[in-house]
Amino acid sequence: MASQSHAQAQMHAHSLMKLDNKTSKRSTVLLEQNIARPRRDRVGLGAFAFLIAEIIRYSQNRVMGIQDLEAKLSEIGQRVGVRMFELSMWREKTVHRETRVLQTLVFINTVVWRALFDKQADSLERSTESDDEYMITDNEPAILKYISVPKEMTSFSPGAFISGIVEAIARCCQCPARVTSHVVPADGLPLRTVILLKFDKEVMDREKRLEASKH
Amino acid sequence: MEKQYKTIGEEAWKNNTEKINAELFIFTYGSLVVQLVKDYEDYTAVNKQLDKMGYNIGVRLVDDMMARTSLERCSGFSATAEVIAKIGFKLFLNVVPTVTNWSADAKEFSLILDDNPLNDFCELPPKAVTDGLWYSNVLCGVIRGALEMMQMQTEVVYVRDVLRGDDVSEIRVKLVRMLDEEVPASDD
Repeated sequence: MASQSHAQAQMHAHSLMKLDNKTSKRSTVLLEQNIARPRRDRVGLGAFAFLIAEIIRYSQNRVMGIQDLEAKLSEIGQRVGVRMFELSMWREKTVHRETRVLQTLVFINTVVWRALFDKQADSLERSTESDDEYMITDNEPAILKYISVPKEMTSFSPGAFISGIVEAIARCCQCPARVTSHVVPADGLPLRTVILLKFDKEVMDREKRLEASKH
Repeated sequence: MEKQYKTIGEEAWKNNTEKINAELFIFTYGSLVVQLVKDYEDYTAVNKQLDKMGYNIGVRLVDDMMARTSLERCSGFSATAEVIAKIGFKLFLNVVPTVTNWSADAKEFSLILDDNPLNDFCELPPKAVTDGLWYSNVLCGVIRGALEMMQMQTEVVYVRDVLRGDDVSEIRVKLVRMLDEEVPASDD
């Protein structure tokens, strides 16, 4: 049994090594790129708006219900989050990996939001009801500006995409959480979105331990 | 005429376009392609779906473009090609592909993309290459959809792609016929 899988592993490794000349050229080009600063700065908001609208449309046809739709969007956002995390870490002047809840939240609020949306998130609050819940608020998420939610789906928040990004980053910072997004309109801010993070029990236990050990 | 389109495109980009972080867009597109690969598990089906989604985008995109630039009706297919390259691509992706390789009957041309933002962080696994994935196939659908709104039925396909090891990325646009008052069937 063991020798069979060893032989298979060898064959697999061999086929991986046999990269075509053409595709390995692409690899070289890609790996030589400098990612220290963004190679290109901007694309039109229209491009993104059309893309996300189409993503939502595509997902709607494959899910049953709003929860599922939000989960699909979150999944798509998570892949974005993982990559944004790596890039942000790479580009920071002082590379410091956050592992504490509060620092992670501040990191998301400032560095990540600035990298993605050119502004800091509008507020960071801790829930008064449970001590493992925190809320990040964005008063006007630019990327959701052109999404209109039909009346029969008012509980759907397209910010699920953003909550996917946040969930992936929280996980990368070793503070896994369940992240959801809610639309909480306020005066003159119909798109105001609140990203709710509910940290896992292990995270909160670890926080308590670390706090206690300080004193 | 060409210079005029270039200026229109650049000015509209500068003054009349809301912009967002390119990397967010690029990663989102990549995430979509990964999602499609997971859902369909067949690269030909993924190509088709990307083209369909692009078509849906294209039919609405052309209105947005017309609203932001004061363009008049194109005088011919060659003007159309210039508008796609210098204004369409510029306004949304901030790149300008080159229009070349006109066919003898002036009904086909190529767009050469030296710089495709969607490719920025992307490398295809060997299987995707051998199975024929056109990663940015959505662009073909967008062009086809937009041109259909302008009463032109076209076939738009990718013929070369740097992600597959070619030197450049090339999209071939072929005018099939001009449409009269028909309402195109919705691509759902």
